Amino acid sequence: MTELIDLVLLAMLAITAVGVIFLKDLFAVVMLFGIYSFLSALIFVNLDAVDVAFTEAAVGAGISTVLMLSTLALTGRQEKVSDHKTFMPLLIVVATGAALIYGTLDMPPFGNPDNPVHQHVALRYIQDSPQEIGLPNMVTSVLASYRGFDTLGETAVVFAAAIGVLSLLGMPKRERAAIESGLESHLVLQVVAKIIIPLIILFALYVQFHGDYGPGGGFQAGVIAAAAIILYALVFGLPVATQVLQPDLLKTLAALGVLIYAGTGVASFFLGGNFLDYNVLASNPVAGQHVGIILIELGVGITVFAAMLSIFYAFASKAERKNIQ
Amino acid sequence: MNFIIDYYNYWVVVFLMMAGFYTVIAANNLVKKIVGLNIFQTSVFILYISMGKVAGGSAPIVADGITVYSNPLPHVLILTAIVVGVATTAVGLALVVRIKHAYGTVEENEFKHKDDLI
Repeated sequence: MTELIDLVLLAMLAITAVGVIFLKDLFAVVMLFGIYSFLSALIFVNLDAVDVAFTEAAVGAGISTVLMLSTLALTGRQEKVSDHKTFMPLLIVVATGAALIYGTLDMPPFGNPDNPVHQHVALRYIQDSPQEIGLPNMVTSVLASYRGFDTLGETAVVFAAAIGVLSLLGMPKRERAAIESGLESHLVLQVVAKIIIPLIILFALYVQFHGDYGPGGGFQAGVIAAAAIILYALVFGLPVATQVLQPDLLKTLAALGVLIYAGTGVASFFLGGNFLDYNVLASNPVAGQHVGIILIELGVGITVFAAMLSIFYAFASKAERKNIQ
Repeated sequence: MNFIIDYYNYWVVVFLMMAGFYTVIAANNLVKKIVGLNIFQTSVFILYISMGKVAGGSAPIVADGITVYSNPLPHVLILTAIVVGVATTAVGLALVVRIKHAYGTVEENEFKHKDDLI
């Protein structure tokens, strides 16, 4: 049954990708890409990667669609007909694809438990991590503890990307608060948004603090919370949103998250352990792991939330300034 | 039939990868190129998650009565890659916005000076 669902979903994904190539209306392309993200989230659920599916649904279908739409608002929605020859690109792609297909025949068969990828560290993560770390969700254990150093790097990349976008586009200025924006004539949207925004934030907090036990964690929670504020900004206008959560505050928060993460590492350093070795943070190793994981997931959540939201602010304020001119 | 199921995921991954690659080199519009890059990226995600799947396994969250779990390691790698991916996509889109501002177009063949052509 799993294989059958897999066959159908992957075929739909391939069809969507072909649609993206041939469509000239970029608005439709971005919407198709949103569908593409939802389809890949479904595939991830089917392949047992629930945490990944969660992230893909929130990030791919939520944040990146909004960012691409605000880019289209600035650059125009039609792709012009090109005078490129399509023969050469097609030849290169077909040749590369054929070589890769030939390469896949040497891959280990899909789903076989004897595959090399399941033989090394994975075995230890599955057998020992529930006792060693004390958490049922192995993905969180590996993400926050065994590969904590890696995750610190990823959080720093998200932070750096936010700085990059802000220096390219600039932050919204607060004195423009008088300008009208948002969807003020859409009463239904406003009422519905008011009802669901608190629920989204509540859900984000649940995902943040329940991520040790079920699917979820700092990355997903940060993105979901940012999506709630983005919805608020879309419906009630950017100036109102920037008054609730000021851009300067977001800059501080983005740095604070990375600081909490790295600070946990330094704290374990001073308590006699290695960098990011949580065992020394409490009286026994398992309790120490718990404290460490909660702290660094909090750091990740804060940074991802602040970074995603300030990226959105930067794009949205550019688009609004263009509308005024 | 078994042969197809064993390799089907990898073939779709290659197809998506090439669809993304083709969009990147053949599309005229810079936003569409970025969508192509994203499709390429997602194909790599699917490759990793497919490799982590164990037939008859379950999601890697400990529960009573479950003995076979899928491999959690690819999940961790891809989970963080997705969030980093959207952050870097945002940087790419920001560059597109600045290119539009500086050159007045995001279509590859419309840049006026030869030196500006990508």
